[in-house]
Amino acid sequence: MEAFTTHTGTAVPLRESNVDTDQIIPAHWLKKVTRDGFEDGLFEAWRKNPEFVLNRPERAGATVLVAGPDFGTGSSREHAVWALQNYGFKAVISARFADIFRGNSQKGGLLTVVLPQETVERLWALTEADPTAEITVDLVGRQVRAGELVADFEIDDYTRWRLLEGLDDIGLTLRHEDDITSFEADRPGWLPRTQPVG
Amino acid sequence: MGRTLAEKVWDAHVVRRAEGEPDLLYIDLHLLHEVTSPQAFDGLRQAGRPVRRTDLTIATEDHNTPTLDVDKPIADPVSRAQIETLRKNAAEFGVRIHSLGDVEQGIVHVVGPQLGLTQPGTTVVCGDSHTATHGAFGALAFGIGTSQVEHVLATQTLPMAPFKTMAVTVEGALPEGVGAKDLILAVIARIGTGGGQGYVIEYRGQAIRDLSMEGRMTVCNMSIEAGARAGMIAPDETTFAYLDGRPHAPRGADWDTAVAHWRSLVTDEDAVFDKEVVIDAAELSPFVTWGTNPGQGAPLAESVPDPVAIVDPVERAAAEKAIAYMGLTAGQKLRDIAVDTVFVGSCTNGRIEDLREVADIVKGRKVADGVRMLVVPGSVRVSLQAVSEGLDKVFTEFGAEWRYAGCSMCLGMNPDQLAPGERSASTSNRNFEGRQGKGGRTHLVSPQVAAATAVLGHLAAPADLSTAGV
Repeated sequence: MEAFTTHTGTAVPLRESNVDTDQIIPAHWLKKVTRDGFEDGLFEAWRKNPEFVLNRPERAGATVLVAGPDFGTGSSREHAVWALQNYGFKAVISARFADIFRGNSQKGGLLTVVLPQETVERLWALTEADPTAEITVDLVGRQVRAGELVADFEIDDYTRWRLLEGLDDIGLTLRHEDDITSFEADRPGWLPRTQPVG
Repeated sequence: MGRTLAEKVWDAHVVRRAEGEPDLLYIDLHLLHEVTSPQAFDGLRQAGRPVRRTDLTIATEDHNTPTLDVDKPIADPVSRAQIETLRKNAAEFGVRIHSLGDVEQGIVHVVGPQLGLTQPGTTVVCGDSHTATHGAFGALAFGIGTSQVEHVLATQTLPMAPFKTMAVTVEGALPEGVGAKDLILAVIARIGTGGGQGYVIEYRGQAIRDLSMEGRMTVCNMSIEAGARAGMIAPDETTFAYLDGRPHAPRGADWDTAVAHWRSLVTDEDAVFDKEVVIDAAELSPFVTWGTNPGQGAPLAESVPDPVAIVDPVERAAAEKAIAYMGLTAGQKLRDIAVDTVFVGSCTNGRIEDLREVADIVKGRKVADGVRMLVVPGSVRVSLQAVSEGLDKVFTEFGAEWRYAGCSMCLGMNPDQLAPGERSASTSNRNFEGRQGKGGRTHLVSPQVAAATAVLGHLAAPADLSTAGV
């Protein structure tokens, strides 16, 4: 995973609540067996509308998505995170994220930043008025800065450390393989097995 | 202080706990399907890692599978390639798989319980948000993303952030004609699609205890639609009776040991939930959605809401957009909404009891003119059971299409889709824009409402049939 420390870029203000994962990446894109090539599927249905914010020429190259509350609801598809990353987004700001989406984003290094809806509204106003306005998402300082706006955000220390270091979860867990093995030794024998143990 | 059911199951699975780190939880059962696993297996391959516990892992094909011509090669080459990828991965890594055509094939959340693999007090994960279904057995069951699928394949564990607990208590008995689906749709409308974020919900109270296992699975299944991380119901005699004799249920002395343990899986009387919601079952009635998220629902007897009356500006904007997308008007009676398609199936309502409810209502009647009805059993076992009871005949004589098992029109990854502008009454779990096909409009309903709607051609409850004289 690519490490995330701080990122500055222009934004896409997405004035929508409950942006579900079927909107982020429709199901027919889920037939792919790779982690890349999802950028054209991002918000596919909404992008059919030429006025959709992502289609506006002044939003080209934007890397920070500022969305309404309950972003990423619905399916567990990590393809939603990949689609956002493949398109070029580095961070998503919202007042609330669905749990699974947030977990997936943290695995893949897409930073999800929770800020109060009032702050999201200010970021919308700022970036709608000036599409060249940049937003800085600073994971080191746990802070979002844009123009006059400075907003601190919360993220747990462990997740922050993993993202800052770009660490692979599996590698971290396997450092404790002895703990797993000893836990397994104590599991009751009557627990279900999907097949006979060889 | 006492502990909740969720806390007991969690605590029993902590492999490692360290200050400032998420708990590392052991996973008792990992379910796989074709859509969220290929990139996980790729990751294992690249790192040279094996599947740690193939004996706790099982795969089935469901999301992409066709429900017609299942004996022929899958027509869509991309779907076919994805399913073939799962088969290759299962063979390479030694994972048990139930492929299309196999008697144990079906929707992953129908297959696990019917095999007896889903058991009280276990941890269950799957790369699918509706894994919450398995909480009906008192299991702690989470939907996970593909990176986590890879993590579980490699380590049989998951680092998990702590959760909060919520009790949803449904007191009293459900009125006649009101079922598990109406109940959970009403719960979601009450707490909102984000109301459960960060919580594991425990469903309690008489109305929950009175539900069959199928009904409990319907309730827990849609916990994710309220944003919850999981939903659970404490195991009881109904749970034990369902499990007894299933292929992977414990037997003999093991059964007695297991049941004794399972009986301890209840929330202690002095345990405290972080949040409590109480619902009076007597106030519930057939419930349907009018909008484009599962929280946008109302009793069938009511009307499409007027967004002007919604105070919260974000909610109001969402309602306006949803009503426009759905092609409805504020104030329109929900019963006046005519549908083109009725879909019965999915991991929410594709089990035998659901099919029986529908058959009871449509038996001897005819589907409304111009309405297409699809009945898709949740698994091959459900299908065989339905055929043995003659339900397939009831459906086809009614004018419905009786299909092969799979996820089907719940998410339209296979050819079962709505055309743009088409409207469905669907027993599935999501009414998102385009969920059942580009431009499709979905109303989430119970099996009973689906059946009555198919008869009358507009959203309806079984009680409307006698009024209409059909």
